[in-house]
Amino acid sequence: MESVWGVGGLVLLRDSVEWEGRSLLKAFVKKSALCGEQVHILGCEVSEDEFREGFDSSINSRLVYHDLFRDPFNWSQAGGALPGGPLGALRALCKRTEPGPVTIALDSLSWLLLHLPCTTLCQALCALSQQHSPLGGSPPVEPVRVLGLLHMELHGPGPMGALSSLAQTEVTLSGTAGQALAHILCQRPRQHPTHQTQCFSILPDFSLDLQEGPTLESQPHPDPHIPPVEPTTHLTFNLHLSKKEREAKDSLTLPFQFSSEKQQALLRPGPSQATSNIFYEPDVYDDLDQEDPDDDLDV
Amino acid sequence: MFPELNNLLNTTPDRVEQGKLTLLCDAKTDGSFLVHHFLSFYLKANCKVCFVALIQSFSHYNIVGQKLGVSLTAARECGQLVFLEGLKSSVDVFFRAQAEPHPLQFLREADAGNLQPLYEFVREALKPADDGQAAWRCPVLLVDDLSVLLSLGMGAVAVLDFIHYCRAAVCWEQKGNIVALVHDSGDAEDEENDILLNGLSHQSHLILRAEGLATGFCRDVHGQLKILWRTPSQPAAQRDRSLTYQYKIQDKSVSFFAKGMSPAIL
Repeated sequence: MESVWGVGGLVLLRDSVEWEGRSLLKAFVKKSALCGEQVHILGCEVSEDEFREGFDSSINSRLVYHDLFRDPFNWSQAGGALPGGPLGALRALCKRTEPGPVTIALDSLSWLLLHLPCTTLCQALCALSQQHSPLGGSPPVEPVRVLGLLHMELHGPGPMGALSSLAQTEVTLSGTAGQALAHILCQRPRQHPTHQTQCFSILPDFSLDLQEGPTLESQPHPDPHIPPVEPTTHLTFNLHLSKKEREAKDSLTLPFQFSSEKQQALLRPGPSQATSNIFYEPDVYDDLDQEDPDDDLDV
Repeated sequence: MFPELNNLLNTTPDRVEQGKLTLLCDAKTDGSFLVHHFLSFYLKANCKVCFVALIQSFSHYNIVGQKLGVSLTAARECGQLVFLEGLKSSVDVFFRAQAEPHPLQFLREADAGNLQPLYEFVREALKPADDGQAAWRCPVLLVDDLSVLLSLGMGAVAVLDFIHYCRAAVCWEQKGNIVALVHDSGDAEDEENDILLNGLSHQSHLILRAEGLATGFCRDVHGQLKILWRTPSQPAAQRDRSLTYQYKIQDKSVSFFAKGMSPAIL
């Protein structure tokens, strides 16, 4: 998980209904705050109270919360909405001028993607990830880390692919049997992408607890307590031959098998071979006419 | 309300959690029994209920409510229940002067972008009494159902925005609850409905999913119910709990049992 912290840029946290990612986002936010970074949060999906819940006051004092949850489209007309709506709020984040390392958390990128065109959002994310020093014109001093929470089921392959291509790191959450897993894909420029799987859990104070390497899915071993079943034990017919039966079977000559003895017997019809005769006992009523019935035919 | 379902959810009308979004969904079966459960549950819990009923008439819900021990007529008269009867008031939209706002205004507009009038109606219905006295325990918004809004021409994002604003007003500001039913189209490949269902699932604290049996209709087991508890913002001590039960709907109650343990086959 340290590779997530290595270089700045866009970090996508891809979660699902079953394996939610907001607590991991909050764990990363806490880690950034503990490192002394400024943390800006663009909150769209939950209230500020709900997001700050679980952080102690030292962490909360480092968080700057931009509230898009309460009234994102200015329906209440009470003046509490952020100017410019979602896009205005995002662009305002690009124009920060405070020095020092910065982490920006977007909660959530899915909400922004549902309300803004994909291209506009991608352009804003590019601008957000490139921090320029306040002097302007000089090369980027501090890379900005942008954490984006993305709900995988909500978007098609097009927008997901576009965001993946912008991201330096993708963390996909899943799990088995109650254990959460993070699949981390790091794409650094001019380097091969690296892939890693990490078991983790998040403690109630949002500290990250990394656990031993992932348990691979093992082959299902046959249960040693169940003996292998012999399928031929209770048959009603005999599948096996005794030795005597096998010898008798092997010595049997098949009727249509042409062996050399048979060939000789056919070539020399001996007296032992009786000619075939038909024995007929005429009945009382039989009319034995020796004439050939075909005699009158002139053929 | 169904006492067996209360036991499974570990709630009673005396101990109502607040600030929660409960998502009801049904796939290949009718999940409206869950709507009747929560309607009678929150009325018995002495909560103020705003019921946006777009599917059935008032008398239908009243008849079922009486079987479950609540009178919607009495609740409406004493102010505990605010009932938007969609089937009746949708006709009113066309006979009103256009300037007057109506919660179902989007039916009249060719390109209604959002459900702001409906949100204003809900907000007005559930706002606390002027005298500051809490006559009711907490406000509850009940919607039956959200999928029909898609059929009526609203986009999934517009419906999600409506629920977003209701969450801000009802769940966060007034510490109330929201219960909404969404149908799962399953194999029908309804993208808008999938966005609505998945988007709401990510915001929900409790998801109740009624499914028909994979093997088809059965006289003694009407379906199965999957219950998923979620904590969208807090790390779960153990991963979000999920339970599955089968159920049979009777005249005045619903009985739940573990899979394969229907009394009819034991």
